[in-house]
Amino acid sequence: MLGIFTDFASWLTYTILGLSPDTKLGDALHFFVEDVSKIFALLLFMIYVIALMRASLNVETVRDYLARKHRSMGYLMGSSFGAITPFCSCSSIPIFLGFTSAGIPVGITMAFLITSPLINEVAVLLLMGLLGWKFTVLYVVIGMSVGILGGFFLDTIKAERWLQSFAAKALAKGQSNQHGSTNSTLKAKTLSFKERHQFAKEESFEIFGRVWKWVIIGVGLGAALHGFIPDGWLQEHLGDGQWWSVPAAVLLGIPLYSNATGVIPVMESLIVNGLPIGTTLAFCMSTVAASFPEFILLKQVMQWKLLAILFVMLLFSFTLVGWLFNFFTPFL
Amino acid sequence: MKIIKVLGSGCAKCTKTADLIKQVAQEQGSAVSVEKETSPQIMMKYGAMSTPAVVIDDTLIHSGSVPQTSQIKEWLA
Repeated sequence: MLGIFTDFASWLTYTILGLSPDTKLGDALHFFVEDVSKIFALLLFMIYVIALMRASLNVETVRDYLARKHRSMGYLMGSSFGAITPFCSCSSIPIFLGFTSAGIPVGITMAFLITSPLINEVAVLLLMGLLGWKFTVLYVVIGMSVGILGGFFLDTIKAERWLQSFAAKALAKGQSNQHGSTNSTLKAKTLSFKERHQFAKEESFEIFGRVWKWVIIGVGLGAALHGFIPDGWLQEHLGDGQWWSVPAAVLLGIPLYSNATGVIPVMESLIVNGLPIGTTLAFCMSTVAASFPEFILLKQVMQWKLLAILFVMLLFSFTLVGWLFNFFTPFL
Repeated sequence: MKIIKVLGSGCAKCTKTADLIKQVAQEQGSAVSVEKETSPQIMMKYGAMSTPAVVIDDTLIHSGSVPQTSQIKEWLA
């Protein structure tokens, strides 16, 4: 089904523009046209379908659900909801506080917040379209594991000690009245199909309007790498023989702030060019989930110590993910 | 006069929400005061978990998106 995009790219690049498939420019342009057209079509169609289904899912519902859950299931559920619940990254702080004041442990809240940027419907769609379903499943499992284990770790070291004092008080108060109602005055509403359609339509245009430029940049970079990096160069210089390439990729990813949409096309091209999967994954996750702007925001609710722990924890997990993958790839 | 607060960390949507409310109020001739609140403590106080959120006379009535013009008209009526 996705073959039509290859045909479209061949037609445009080779027939209309008259470029030869053997030239670097022709090769790079073909890659660019194929990926951009495929991603745009997938995005518009699939975001609509997914939004239709999850129109009634909101952070308030998730909070009420998680507040009733036992801790042991909480990490898994927190991380799962992080993957599927839509919210704007500028809402991270109110969500953190909303969860906290409902008495949800910090680790479960963080499982939600860590998983959220790593996995979302756009990321999954892009991975499916570009790298296939096996890789997608792998990516989702890893992303959720980082969230679940990270959350568990934060609770084990009693991370709530290092919240800002007003947040810590809200948590204590929330936990002492576990079954009490939260202070929200909004009530959940049931949606008619028309409202769902309206939500889905807005959501598709909204997300598309936000990510299309990332797709162009990401695929553009990918195409440049694809057409102009000599075959085997990456393999030779950053191949899995070099253990340091994984932590280096993670560090490189920190100042590069992007969302998953921009990074995935770059990932595709890095993998196609022979960069080991583990190194690529580590780079991608670090770019998406560990960024300075996000951390500065979290300072409003966390003390420096907790921020530093969180940061080191993420870098360590991504490095570990990279090494494990590079180690196990030959056996997959 | 209605006291309206738009809660949000200052992202583009929050500004848009505040502007839209002011605009509708002006068209309808309703007396309102619109202010933006960026403090996390205030958001927590009203139980707003997704932004932009709208508080009218100390009651949270909307959260998570830029409201529709028709919704705003109802609130101000």
